[in-house]
Amino acid sequence: MTNQPSTPVWQYRSSKQTLLGWLGWFLLVALTVFCWQLMNENTIWAFVSDAPDQAADIGGRMFPPAWGYIDQLWKPLWDTLNIATLGTLIGVAVAVPVAFLAANNTTPSRRFVRPLALLLIVTSRSINSLIWALLLVAVIGPGLLAGVIAIGLRSIGFIAKLLYEAIEEIDFSQVEAVRATGASGAQVIDYAIVPQILPAFWGISVFRWDINIRESTILGLVGAGGLGIQLSASLATLAWNQVAMIFVVILGTVIISEWVSARVRQAVI
Amino acid sequence: MQTPQPYPARWKRPPVLFTHTGWRRAIYAGALVYLVLAMQSIEIDWQRVYLGLDRGWKFVEGFLTPDFTTRWRDISEGLIESLTMTITSTVAGVLVSVPIGIGAARNLAPMPVYLACRGIITLSRSFQEIIIAILLVAMFGFGPFAGFLTLAFASIGFLSKLLAEDIEACDRSQIEAIRATGASWWQVVNYAVQPQVMPRLVGLSLYRLDINFRESAVIGIVGAGGIGATLNTAIDRYEYDSAGAILIIIIAIVLVVEYSSSYIRRWVQ
Repeated sequence: MTNQPSTPVWQYRSSKQTLLGWLGWFLLVALTVFCWQLMNENTIWAFVSDAPDQAADIGGRMFPPAWGYIDQLWKPLWDTLNIATLGTLIGVAVAVPVAFLAANNTTPSRRFVRPLALLLIVTSRSINSLIWALLLVAVIGPGLLAGVIAIGLRSIGFIAKLLYEAIEEIDFSQVEAVRATGASGAQVIDYAIVPQILPAFWGISVFRWDINIRESTILGLVGAGGLGIQLSASLATLAWNQVAMIFVVILGTVIISEWVSARVRQAVI
Repeated sequence: MQTPQPYPARWKRPPVLFTHTGWRRAIYAGALVYLVLAMQSIEIDWQRVYLGLDRGWKFVEGFLTPDFTTRWRDISEGLIESLTMTITSTVAGVLVSVPIGIGAARNLAPMPVYLACRGIITLSRSFQEIIIAILLVAMFGFGPFAGFLTLAFASIGFLSKLLAEDIEACDRSQIEAIRATGASWWQVVNYAVQPQVMPRLVGLSLYRLDINFRESAVIGIVGAGGIGATLNTAIDRYEYDSAGAILIIIIAIVLVVEYSSSYIRRWVQ
């Protein structure tokens, strides 16, 4: 069978689209190569080629982990859990009103209050909790308090964003029904909106708590309490077997918290 | 005739979450005990906090009157490192995570490949960026190359997991239809799976680009290059106006990346 010259061969895209596609790929590759060269201007390749030896060396020092070191880790572990939990509580306490102010259908003023609430959410979300901790340690001194507030500040944006999206997706007929009974504004929120967003609220909070556990394990690197303080001390003294033990503890904590959060979310949603 | 039951004058909303009374009380009591214990573990040095308020105010002032010019050289260097690191690591992460994602999809890969790929994903996801960065800086030396490796490694876990879930959720009938034409495994991937997951893959990559930029601002604190290192130095020097400028730049870039990536995602999907 031969192709009839008169019938055009089937093509997925027109030739212009194909050309544009190739141009896009070309630009992406060019950009990547350019960035790669710019990034590695100051890279000392001798250190990079040395890496397998370094890795073997560090690996050798890490194994076996210093199991006995666990005795000194229980207190920091407890601190880490507290930082995550209390920080999440602060975050939730601030995020709930912010979410109501930011949601399109509950905000008191779309022109003035909503942009402010959104700005607050964006500021909180774009700055990692480690940077918040860095600032807070400089301001209020090292310790658990700085960690708790850092986690809280970072959690506000996360919880408020997901919560206001949930509020915007509620079924509005329920709000109208409750309002038709003569309910006040607070009663409308209490009886029509809160029951609809409660599952989402619990899911979001527990999810953030799980993330906060992960983040609070390393906040101590900048002095904000928890396991990270032990980690930075062990790193500073190059006690790699203690570092390995801390990694084991962090891994265990993260796995357990992830399991708990998955179970709770399953139960709630 | 039976006397009518008195109509209840009060109504109490039934509890939503813990329906069993005993359990509910036990959980509330447990939460209260935990809160008290956790509060006690925080030692607040009010004097230090009071002294710090002054510094905190100075930081707020620095944030309101940011100083872009004095340290502009440092800031621009850090920014270029962060941006190049973000782009190269996202591209590298996508390139590596596509084969791993295909390997971790149960409907495409045989059991041994599936287990190996799932293992890689779990390994990459269980440690967070900072810890990976600490190890890689120890192996590869300071600078953006270690940061690039960290972000690429973290991207692999994220992207392959979501890609694998997406492939597993593919429409089976299309795969069967292509297979029925006698297509080889490669042809099935190319003609049945790829068109279905491509929009999602583009979306995920852009989302990861966004995350990588945020993380690139953090891993500098442990020596992996980027704007985080500049920020750390500025705070150590108590130059809060420069620190404020850096934070404003980070927030602005995160905003731009987030909005443009959500725009492109909407356009692709």
